[in-house]
Order: sequence, then C-alpha cells, then structure tokens
Amino acid sequence: MIEVRNLVKHYGDVKAVDDISFTVKNGEILGFLGPNGAGKTTTLKVITGYLSPTAGNVFVDDLNVLDDSMEIRKMIGYLPEMNPLYHDMQVYDFLEFVARVREINKNQFRSRLNEVIALCGLNGVVHKNINELSKGYCQRVGLAQAIIHDPEILILDEPTSGLDPNQIMEIRRLIKNLGKEKTVIISSHILQEMQATADRMIIINRGRIVADGTVDALMSDFKGKTRLTLELKNADEAAVKKLQSLQEGVLLSQLQTKDGILSAVLEYPSEIDPREQIFRQIVKNKWMLLEMSRHKTSLEEVFRNLTIEGGDDAK
Amino acid sequence: MQSNYKILYRKEVQSFFNSPVAYITLVIFLLISAWFTMSTFFLINESDLRTLFSVVPIVYLFFVPAITMGLIAREKNSGTMEFITTLPFTDGEIIVAKFLTGLTLIGTALAFTLVHLFTLLIIGNNIDVGALISGYLGLLLVGGVYTAIGIFGSAVTDNQITAFLISFLIIFIFFILDKILIFVPGFLGSIFQFLSIDYHLSNISRGVIDSRNIVYFGSMIAFFLLVSIRVLEMRKWR
Repeated sequence: MIEVRNLVKHYGDVKAVDDISFTVKNGEILGFLGPNGAGKTTTLKVITGYLSPTAGNVFVDDLNVLDDSMEIRKMIGYLPEMNPLYHDMQVYDFLEFVARVREINKNQFRSRLNEVIALCGLNGVVHKNINELSKGYCQRVGLAQAIIHDPEILILDEPTSGLDPNQIMEIRRLIKNLGKEKTVIISSHILQEMQATADRMIIINRGRIVADGTVDALMSDFKGKTRLTLELKNADEAAVKKLQSLQEGVLLSQLQTKDGILSAVLEYPSEIDPREQIFRQIVKNKWMLLEMSRHKTSLEEVFRNLTIEGGDDAK
Repeated sequence: MQSNYKILYRKEVQSFFNSPVAYITLVIFLLISAWFTMSTFFLINESDLRTLFSVVPIVYLFFVPAITMGLIAREKNSGTMEFITTLPFTDGEIIVAKFLTGLTLIGTALAFTLVHLFTLLIIGNNIDVGALISGYLGLLLVGGVYTAIGIFGSAVTDNQITAFLISFLIIFIFFILDKILIFVPGFLGSIFQFLSIDYHLSNISRGVIDSRNIVYFGSMIAFFLLVSIRVLEMRKWR
C-alpha cells in the first residue's frame, strides 16, 4: 500500500504540491489527473525518490521515502515523463543493463526478456538501436524497462503522450492487463485515458487534490447534474452567493469582470429546474439579467471546472 | 550478483566507445602528445621521455574536460539522469562509476603513448625504468585529479559546453598555482605550492614516490567526487 501523507513540495517560491494526502491500495490502478503543471509529475518524482519532499512523507508498506528510498526504488517500476532512454544503446543491451541493476540473473533474464518482449510487443526491434525506433516503440521500451523485474508497484507518468490513437489503445490495454496484479499509478492530463484504464481517480489542480473517488462514482456524482450559468449586471457577490440556498444548488464559481458584469455558475441535481425561482429572485433584487443558460455536465466539464482558475475559491 | 559499480561502469564504458567522439578525442590526444614528444627527439637527437611527461599535463587541460564534460551533463540534459537515479543506484555509485569511466579513457590514451616508451627502450640505452614507471603513475594520478574535477564540472550543469569551461577553469587554476608563486606573498606561497598539481607531480616524475604526494592526489580526487555527489543530491532539494 502506498500512502502519501501531507506532501508538500516547493520549487523556490513556487508551491508545486501543496499538502496532499491519499492512499493507493494494493492491486489498484490509480489515475492521477490534472492539467499540465498541476503537480502530478512532482508527486510521482517524490514517490520514486528523484525529489525529496519539502514537508510530509510517502510511505510504501512500512517504508518511507526519506529513510528507505533505496528499498522503495527496488519495488517500483518507473516510466518517467518524456520517457528518457539511452538512445545510443541497443534495446537488448539497455534491457540487459536494467535487468542487471534489478538483480535479475542471467538465466532468469532470458525467460524474463522473452516475456517482456511478448508483453510489450517488442518483437523485431530487440537488436535495433533505440534511436532508430519510432516514438511508439520507444514508449514500449520504456514500459518494458519498467516491468522487467516484475515490480509490485508501477508508476507511469503520461505513458501515452505523443502516441497515435492506435498506439494509445495498445498501451492502455497493456496497462489494464498489468494492473490486474500490480499497484499502478498512472498520470495523465487526458480524461478519457483515466476512464479507459483507472479504477480510481484523483484530480489534482495547482498542487491540491480537488476530487478523489472511483471513476464510476465521480461519473455518477457529476453526470446527473445540470449547470446554470448566469450573467448579471449590478449584482453583488454576497447576494449572488445566497442564490444557491434557493434550491439545492451549489455555487461553483463566480467572477466579477471589469465592466460590472458578474458571471456565476450554479449546479443542481438534474431533477430540479431552478430557473423560474432564480429569475424571480433576480427581478426582486433589481439585477439586470444578461444571460441564463442551463446545460447538463459531462465528466470532461467537471474536470475542466474543477481545475479552472477560480474554481476552488468559490467553494 | 554483480556490484552496482560494475554494472554502471560497464554500461558507461560501452556507450563511450560506441560513440565516435571517443576515438576523435583519443586521436587528437595522441597526435598532440606525439608531436611534442618526438619533435625534440629528432632535433636534439636525445632519447628522453621527460618531454612527454611535461607535455601530457598540458594536453590534459583540454583533453580531460572534453572527455568528462558529457558524463553527467548529457544525462541531465536528456533526462536519463532521472531514469538512472530512480533505479536502485546510490548517487555515490553513479559518481564513482562515471569517474572510473573517465579514468579508463585516460588510461587508454596513456597506454597508446607507450609506443614512445618502447621506441626509446629499443633505440636508447641507459634508461631509468623506475623513473618511467613512476612518471606514468604520476600522469595517471594527475589524470585522476583532473577527471574528478571534470566530473564536478559536468555535475553542476546540464550543458556540455558549460561543463567543459568550468572544468577547464578549475583545472587551469590548479595548473598555474605553481607558476605564479613569485607573485604571491610568502605565507600564501607555501599553501599555493602545496595545492598545486605540478609540485606533487614533479616529485613523482623524478622517480620519488612519496606518501605525501599520493595522499595529496588521493584527497583531491576524494574531495571533488564528494562535492559532485553533493551536487547530484541537490536536485532533490532545489
């Protein structure tokens, strides 16, 4: 089991990760979702021991990254972002090198290599130089490197970035297969990726966790909801905040623009249509209604709204 | 089970000799050192390796930074440093393996200059074999110190040119310390002299292997490697 406890990581003045905590159960595929620069990669780098936390700690079983980084690294297979490889090496030499570090002896290596080749679809490129390979094959080599020692934990940072749709499908299927027996943390900024592979999702934005739950739960949590977007003139923020108490609404965000226009997004269970009441309230307050629109939310939109500027100030 | 040093070292040496840069630097090193050694040989008709022993440290000034500049900076630049430091290697193992790789290349270059030695052994007479052996030992030790400095220069940046310049600068400072002694006041003079490479090398080149000199070279290497390890660890806390 992996437990991230109150993890904080600063780069100078920049808070890349700002006090996040979560656990990953054995055999779970955890999707780590967030826009670029949200702190996903930083978190993964702390778990793999590349960076040290500014505060907080990460526990793997009863080991922690501050004291037992070496032991933890032995348990982890890691595919870093951008998939750095030694491009002047042959695939075979490269995998042999990794296998040696991973304490796989010569006899095991042969059979393990064949397994990994079959698993990652590396047939026919084993004796090629890595710099001759296409990006898709490079990604497979990166994956092969990460799983060659049959690690308990697999950490994959944006494993499908830069691949074409067919390759993406293949890599996803591969991850899904691996996830049957391993604990997998996979990061991405693409939502469909998570829907396709992960059991559970953590959405992270600006260094904080904004949502955590199974993919299905998050889907149903947000799927059956409708959003009401309002644009008002002459309205004040405090009064708009009160609108949410009219019916079971939640004010997701409000934004005051320069020319006195206030735009607000409210969310309601789908069976409720609050438009009439809201309108009456607006008339009562003598606000000018410029726009009122209602639409159902998709998971994609949830993600966008959770991670958009101002999203968590309104909460 | 193989030691991590051996695994890394093997990979490093293998990949270095896979690249043409290795051979180009080796050839340049041999051409320059051979030119300076053999030109006097024909001019004054004297069999002497002392010129070789005085020329090689100067060639080292460029040769060693050229060899070491990529050892760490290139890995940082291409991102493979993240890959390798998240494998179960300690930072110390990485630095030491890189150092040994650099030293191997220098040893290889020195081995090629043995041609001159054999030439002299064949055509010369009255040759002090002991001095030759200690001369080569001295060159290897100086090469070791310069390599350690080069590793440090390569560790502080992810740009190979910068790494080259930093290493060159530090090596050059240690190189000229002995030559600027007349410009510094007396009490500094002895410190400068003790720190200078030439002072310790000249003893060994004369055939005197003194433990003080060996300790000097050993501690210089250890110092720069330890600092490099710290520099590498700094990535965690930036």
